[in-house]
Amino acid sequence: MTNMNTTSTKPTAMNMGAALERLQGSTGDASDMPTCLETKNLNLYYGATQALMDVSVQIPKLSVTAFIGPSGCGKSTLLRCFNRMNDLVDNCRIEGKVTLDDDDIYHPSVKVALLRRRVGMVFQKPNPFPKSIFENVAYGLRIMGVKDKRTLTETVERALRGAALWDEVKDRLDTNGLSLSGGQQQRLVIARAIALEPEVLLLDEPCSALDPIATAKVEELLVELKNRYTIVIVTHNMQQAARVSDFTAFMHLGEMVEFADTNTLFLQPKMERTSDYITGRFG
Amino acid sequence: MKEWFKSGTPWVWGTAGGLAVALVLVFGVLWLTAARGLTYFWPAQVAETTFIEKDGSKIRLIGEVREHEEVSVRSLVESGFNIPGDEKFTTRYLLKLGNRDVSGFDFKWYPAPLLTELTYPKDLLTVERREWGNFYGHLKAVKENGNVVAEGEAAMPELEKRVARARQLFDEIFRTEKQDIGDVNYTLEQLRLKERKLQLEGKFDEAAKQSIESQRMAANGKFAEIQLRLEKLRAEIGRDSLSAEVMDGRVVDVPLAKVSEVYRANAMHLGDKLGFYFRKLYAFGTEDPREANTEGGIFPAIFGTVMMVILMSILVMPLGVMAAVYMREYAGHGPLIRVIRIAVNNLAGVPSIVYGVFGLGFFVYFLGGNIDELFFREALPAPTFGSPGILWASLTLAILTLPVVIVATEEGLARVPQSLRAGSLALGATKAETLWRTVLPIASPAMMTGLILAVARAAGETAPLMLVGVVKLAPNLPLDGHFPYFHLERQFMHLGFHIYDVGFQSPNVEAARPLVYATAFLLVLVIVALNLAAVSLRNRLRENYRGLEGM
Repeated sequence: MTNMNTTSTKPTAMNMGAALERLQGSTGDASDMPTCLETKNLNLYYGATQALMDVSVQIPKLSVTAFIGPSGCGKSTLLRCFNRMNDLVDNCRIEGKVTLDDDDIYHPSVKVALLRRRVGMVFQKPNPFPKSIFENVAYGLRIMGVKDKRTLTETVERALRGAALWDEVKDRLDTNGLSLSGGQQQRLVIARAIALEPEVLLLDEPCSALDPIATAKVEELLVELKNRYTIVIVTHNMQQAARVSDFTAFMHLGEMVEFADTNTLFLQPKMERTSDYITGRFG
Repeated sequence: MKEWFKSGTPWVWGTAGGLAVALVLVFGVLWLTAARGLTYFWPAQVAETTFIEKDGSKIRLIGEVREHEEVSVRSLVESGFNIPGDEKFTTRYLLKLGNRDVSGFDFKWYPAPLLTELTYPKDLLTVERREWGNFYGHLKAVKENGNVVAEGEAAMPELEKRVARARQLFDEIFRTEKQDIGDVNYTLEQLRLKERKLQLEGKFDEAAKQSIESQRMAANGKFAEIQLRLEKLRAEIGRDSLSAEVMDGRVVDVPLAKVSEVYRANAMHLGDKLGFYFRKLYAFGTEDPREANTEGGIFPAIFGTVMMVILMSILVMPLGVMAAVYMREYAGHGPLIRVIRIAVNNLAGVPSIVYGVFGLGFFVYFLGGNIDELFFREALPAPTFGSPGILWASLTLAILTLPVVIVATEEGLARVPQSLRAGSLALGATKAETLWRTVLPIASPAMMTGLILAVARAAGETAPLMLVGVVKLAPNLPLDGHFPYFHLERQFMHLGFHIYDVGFQSPNVEAARPLVYATAFLLVLVIVALNLAAVSLRNRLRENYRGLEGM
């Protein structure tokens, strides 16, 4: 809870009213657009506790989808199903189906490492490797076995430009990634992910450790990136969801309560729990 | 009072006191070994005095005053000294009289009241010999083939010149014996092994026999040639001698062939003494030991210690790191792994001699014996790897220090932030790639910590080594010019064992005592140097991973 409170009390670039104003103009319907990620009757258990209950959702291509909901509602867990990061949790068990472009990603023949190249992920706290900025961005390429110096340099530059970090770091690519500021680190991590040209970019509360100015930069970046990548973002901050996303999913206690385009969900929520949450009556 | 306890002041005092005690102990050890050991190389003044015997007769004494202490007069009287006056306590001096071959004893205590005043005549000569220890006396003459060539004032410069010549000849003889004859011996031994091998394989035909025989003839010819050269050198070196008056008035001849150094300590200036001191110190670190280790240098022991520690590090690091990686990264959290972890921690507490016994039984007899059977049949029954040697000593120490490395590495792996592993995996790296590219590099400073602890423990360990490879005197270093250059099967010398041997097993304990301190000090220096090397490496590694703490 504390996390949510701190982020929502921050002065943000746009206030709620302005965010909603923008929403008035936007139209769109998830069912019109081609689907990128889809879950069908997804149940997930951590040992005996059930964390996701029968979640079915379709995430449209080349758009920003936000997961909102109170802490512990399962939104991060759901996000981590998309690149199978939950596999790392010892007693995690999954039932149901998750597809990426109609491929079942939990099929035994799927190579998890390859899947994660297609589905990049950015974490809550910036986690650059203790290597140079260049090596941070080139990490995934080197894992893929890319050795050609020119390919590496070009890709690193493209990724850093893509993450709006190039101008700030182009003169010090060999300094340690950890020497950057928090916001720069987070954009470095995004650059690291998009260097692999993934189809989907998952962001798990990417701005919760950042100050408002850095947050605004990352948000701007997301709006730009959605032209090329399908973006799924988990956030505690409803203004942020309203500002950056095209579609929003509200989750509560492991259930997918409501999924709609952001406009509809914030202005005309169908479910009472959704409206209670977005108006601040609980959570 | 209660307030004072609450304020925390007693804690500050208590903890600071603990640190102070630790520091005093550490510096005490360093100071003691340095003071006792390093002063040994300073040229000691040679005193001359007279001792009054019980029957009133007087004998002249010449020697270095090594020590003095307060004793009760009563105990002196009881042991047969006739002390005048009625004082309760008096001083007694320990004199190093030298001339062991002439007078029969080297060190002796004398009560001060029975000695006349100590004088330091400038012409007293100290002769350091390669056998029988030091010689003290008044130089009378220098002789060549028994005929006097210089006397009186002219004797000293002449002597110095001839000693320098003798030393040069000695070095040449030494080199010839060690290298040239060593080479011939090596060749002959190789030929013998080749012959034996061919015989074992049943291929020892006429052609092979002739080839080996001719090579052997050549080697023997070379040997005879070297022998001839040596004989000539030996005749040369035996030419000169010095004659000097010793303390009981006899004039004794000392052949220069046995002399390594002559000087008049009482006539030396500070500059001379400093030069002498550093020359001696350098020789101590770079020369071979002489006279059952009580004289000369300790270079083979330093070399053996360092080489064993390096070998040990090379053996223990991969083993320990791999074991730790498996336990932390792959093994899970079952009861079995908990038992293994406890067992590993307990291994660190097993007495080192137990490892020595294990090393002897398993490595030397079993592994070494089998290696000999398989690969060195031609040398049997003489063992090659089936006897204690530096490889087995290093391996024994490697398993002795293994728990330290495992524990340190495990802790380092545990400290690698989970978020970094997740970050790497999310980029499509497999677990193994994540380990190689991210986790292990970040844990490397912790591995270095493990290595530092292992080195500190291994370099100081002595007991197990006595069983698996350390000897009092090793004829050859484990590293030399003969193929394959590294002789892992060879026995070696070690500073820790050297201290034990010189201090407690030597025939001349008084003479060797300062050497024990000097060697101990050097051992501490070697360990400090090895540790500093590892620490600086670790700090360089750490520098790369600063800023990770917050993750």
